[in-house]
Amino acid sequence: MNLPMLVLKYSQPVPVQVGEPVYIPLYSGVRAGFPSPADDFLLKRIDLSDELIKHPEATFLMRIKGHSMTMAGIDDGDIVVVDKAVKPEHGKIVIACVDGEFVCKRLYLLDGETRLQPANPDYKDIVFKDGQILEVWGVVTSCIKQF
Amino acid sequence: MFALIDGNNFYCSCERIFQPRLQKVPLVVLSNNDGCAIARSEEAKALGIKMGQPWFQIKHLEQSAGLVSLSPNFPLYGDMSLRMMRLASELGDKQEIYSIDECFIGLQGISNVTHRASEIRARILQWTGIPTCIGIGHTKTLAKLANHIAKDADRKPGSYPSRLAQVCNLAELNERQRQFLFETTDVGEVWGIGGQISQQLKQARINTVKDFMQCNPATIRKRFSVTLERTWRELHGQSCIALEEIPSPRKEIAHTRTFGQPVRNLAPLIEAVTEFTSRAAEKLRKQQSKASSILVFIHTSKHRSGPQYARSITIPVVRPASDTKSLLNAALRGLKKIYKPGFDLTKAGIVLMDLTNAQTRQAELDFGETESDSNERLMHAIDEINDRFGRGTIMYGSAGVGSEKKVWTMNQQRRTPSYTTTLGEIPTALT
Repeated sequence: MNLPMLVLKYSQPVPVQVGEPVYIPLYSGVRAGFPSPADDFLLKRIDLSDELIKHPEATFLMRIKGHSMTMAGIDDGDIVVVDKAVKPEHGKIVIACVDGEFVCKRLYLLDGETRLQPANPDYKDIVFKDGQILEVWGVVTSCIKQF
Repeated sequence: MFALIDGNNFYCSCERIFQPRLQKVPLVVLSNNDGCAIARSEEAKALGIKMGQPWFQIKHLEQSAGLVSLSPNFPLYGDMSLRMMRLASELGDKQEIYSIDECFIGLQGISNVTHRASEIRARILQWTGIPTCIGIGHTKTLAKLANHIAKDADRKPGSYPSRLAQVCNLAELNERQRQFLFETTDVGEVWGIGGQISQQLKQARINTVKDFMQCNPATIRKRFSVTLERTWRELHGQSCIALEEIPSPRKEIAHTRTFGQPVRNLAPLIEAVTEFTSRAAEKLRKQQSKASSILVFIHTSKHRSGPQYARSITIPVVRPASDTKSLLNAALRGLKKIYKPGFDLTKAGIVLMDLTNAQTRQAELDFGETESDSNERLMHAIDEINDRFGRGTIMYGSAGVGSEKKVWTMNQQRRTPSYTTTLGEIPTALT
């Protein structure tokens, strides 16, 4: 027979939420006064991941090392968001594989000519000769700076 | 209709995504403690390296052939697997994740399957960098066989027609083409026909898939098993094995490890067995099972000289349990029984066995709260704390504490960074 049991709340471990954040519509609970005009809108707080990541399966983060992209706003120590699903086109900032290293530059792709361009006049373009294959790893879609 | 998608040389492919310099280089990933090869790139296979071959036997290839070896990076493989599986699921309406690098997809009502499969394959490659092969057939066994054909046609030119490379759909071939493939494929390649059965079949002159398919199913059942008869039916297009979307709870949970260096004394063994049991018990509680017995084993290495020793023992647990304390008591009792000094032990492990559903409880007279009730709450608290603050935040004292480095812990000298799961370890891009 199951008898109701007295449960001492404080003696139980508190379950800890470690999963995805849960978004709760921000309703005003008080019914006594004037209803909140926001009640008709289900609210969801801005999530930076949603804004910065369009293709979660194809998105990776990389740490920038070097100063050749400073005029494009990409500085030493920044984190860039790299999306492998985006098509590399002329003018896009990309991550390319050069001599076994990841390199971040602007892609120049015009009139059959392929280059990787820096965004700093102190640095030179990386030029590719006929027959050389440029491997673009992904396209940089944003840059994160933490102060 | 079913598809089987799997990642080519999955662990090696994951490593290459983040280390472009490893493209085209013979590459192996070694087991925990760098014992033996558990993944090989095509170039490493070409050097004659076998699956599971001990590292010391192939180490010389580092110098002579430029072989690169890596310790396994499971956080990386796990994340890349999730990405691949998510994209693969878009091929059909149902998905069964069969292992870290392969999944079955149910294709009910999907039209233009082959074309769709090629596009999904291209997307997985473009978005994640993982090359895959896709096999399609009317049953899971046929999908698996088609996958084998797609893979071999891709990496061994001449083995199968090249248009079957990467994506092979057995269902869209005509009877003559299918018969040709069954004739030229070894019966041992069929899913469910392991080494031993394949040997027995070959003694009976059943060498190819076609030979096997021409057997009488009743004879197969009589001489072998119902399971093998089911394989026969699946090859003939009768679907007998359904998709399992929700993995069934595991029937055994094992935790074993090869030590970083040989262990002679009891104290480090107690530490190791305590940690193995704690981790296995945690998994047991996650799947809401209880174990009725626990097996403990220790042994020396076959590959080393010196006196050999190997013992195992199964200790019953008084009452099916999932709490670390009861299981640990049993495990340590077992360990002390089988331990003998004077041997260089290289491996130990525990296996939780006879798992039952946690809800099933033997009826007992009990008055008030039993010890096991309070234990359950204690275990819940420990699991939550360890989930939140990291593994090993709270552990049993016999697991060993303090700054002294455990002698038996993992030896992972060549592990690459957790590129996608730890912010401090993301790859660097030079500008």
